[in-house]
Amino acid sequence: MTWIESLTLNSPSGFWNPIVWLAFLVVFAVIGYLIYSRGNRSYKPNTDQVKPFLSGNEVEDVEEIRVRAGDIYWGFIEALKGYYSVLMRMHTGDVRDYILWYLGLGAVILFVLVGGV
Amino acid sequence: MIEHLPALMIAVPLFGAFIAPLLKKKGSAPAVWAIIITTVTLGIGLLLVKEVLAQGMMVYVFGADRPTLVLPSGYRVPVRIIFEVDAIGAFMALSATLMSFIGALYSYSHVRNETGLEKYYALLLLLEVGILGMVLTGDLFNLFVFLEIAGIAGSALVGFRNYRGEASEAGIKYLIVSAVASLMVLFSIGLLYGQYGNLNMAYLSTQISFNTVDMIALGILFASFAMKCGSVPTHHWVPDAYTEVPSGINPTLLVATYASLYALFRVSFSLFGKVTMNMSSLGWIMSILGVLTMFIGVTMALVQKDVKRLMSYHAISQTGYMLLGVGVGLAVLNDPAKLAAFGRDAMAGGIFHIINHIIYKSLLLMTAGALFYVTGTRNLNEMGGLARKMPYTTIAFIVGAAAISGIPPFNGFASKFLIYETSYQLSPIFAVFAMVTSVLTLASFVKVFASAFLGPPVKKYEEVREVPRSMVVAMLILAALCILFGLFPNVVLDKLVYPAVDALLKLSSYQTWGGLP
Repeated sequence: MTWIESLTLNSPSGFWNPIVWLAFLVVFAVIGYLIYSRGNRSYKPNTDQVKPFLSGNEVEDVEEIRVRAGDIYWGFIEALKGYYSVLMRMHTGDVRDYILWYLGLGAVILFVLVGGV
Repeated sequence: MIEHLPALMIAVPLFGAFIAPLLKKKGSAPAVWAIIITTVTLGIGLLLVKEVLAQGMMVYVFGADRPTLVLPSGYRVPVRIIFEVDAIGAFMALSATLMSFIGALYSYSHVRNETGLEKYYALLLLLEVGILGMVLTGDLFNLFVFLEIAGIAGSALVGFRNYRGEASEAGIKYLIVSAVASLMVLFSIGLLYGQYGNLNMAYLSTQISFNTVDMIALGILFASFAMKCGSVPTHHWVPDAYTEVPSGINPTLLVATYASLYALFRVSFSLFGKVTMNMSSLGWIMSILGVLTMFIGVTMALVQKDVKRLMSYHAISQTGYMLLGVGVGLAVLNDPAKLAAFGRDAMAGGIFHIINHIIYKSLLLMTAGALFYVTGTRNLNEMGGLARKMPYTTIAFIVGAAAISGIPPFNGFASKFLIYETSYQLSPIFAVFAMVTSVLTLASFVKVFASAFLGPPVKKYEEVREVPRSMVVAMLILAALCILFGLFPNVVLDKLVYPAVDALLKLSSYQTWGGLP
């Protein structure tokens, strides 16, 4: 068995070898660099060229226009509003509810085990 | 010396815990003391693993030379306090000692400005004692005792920042949940003791007769350990506790949670392993709970704005993978063909995921702790542009986020790869949920990365700098482990994980001396 084979992780229907994967990653990185190196050479950092464009107006404070965590995935959460309203009702933060959920889980497991489901 | 390793695993941190309060008002002495003790315990843990893997299960009897001694009355069953350390116990013990060391190292700077540090480190060491006792003991009552020690030490640590109302509330909640679970475990132990007159797990497993009382005991044990390991629908205490506990304690608290998961596996495979009739349905319950846990955990994480709370919900979600992997193995325990075809690999995926998750989740919670350390807030809405100020923390976060999302070649991928493929064999829907969960996990960490580390710099953080060196070192050690475990998964699987899986599957070797006449 070669050392490469010894690092191969076999699963019931496939395999995974991180070294081979890394080799491919290097190849793709080289291809990516070749594409990048043929890019537009007129780019100049630290000039007005790289400032945010806002219809020709000066952007006063970039801090205020940043996307905050609460805004990210707004659409996703809005689309799943029904699911999340159920989920939020589950998470009351009340320790008595924690124990009720525990009793419920215990009851289901006992029903399956003792009832022979 | 070697034969006393199981006892030393408990004795050293216990000694450390009792000495730590004496170092009050000695500056950083309690922190240094805790680092020394956890280092020594880690060394003992490594020796223990080496010994168990080379020589097989170690049985340590307190107060006697050998476990087969009988009472003067001639009562011929194991009656003494016994530690039984097989490969799965050693695996968990190594995880506990490693994470306690990392936690102590990280805490050196992280909680330096808090008061009562001698109590903090004493509790950290007591928590380590509780975990190690749980994973090493072969006695049900001692399992309960160590569960209580871990629960009480853990709840005191969750409420450590008692000037914060949320911390006190979380500590009390953790205490109540732990107490209820522990007392129900004690009740189940009482049921078994009433029937068989013994508390030794190996002995009991030879006696279990699968009657109704046994099944009630099994059901209560299952539900209690499921709650303690943070399985849905009894997971609610996890975000409270993980969010409020100081980040240096997060690694050890994570292992404490997974010590309960270990207890769940031990009960399912070893204590009730002889009776295989209903184990299939128990395996399905475990798998379904796993799928629900991973999905509900990740969807709750996606909407969080508190960085530690978000990561805490991910801890719940990742527990689902472990339950799914081992649940698949348990579901096909009665079918040798399926067990050989994919059941054993599924269990390997689940157990491998335990150590992987302990590593990357500790890393991520530490990066959250680092963000809190420099910004004074956990609210992601108030952060931004910190990558420039905290390069090491950023690198550690990227590695941790990639690992938890199952991106190759980091460690999370290797264990998830096994879980995806094997759970598909039992039910394709399980694999679909597992993969969707990984995608959502990546999505929520992109949210953290984009809002905390990227974006324009925030004026009030202009002066912030990278966290102190001990915190950086602790994070980088874990980041390195994420990469190493991902690049060489076979080494970990062959040396640690498959022996641990086989220890659960080979019940007869666990019972070798338990079946006394």
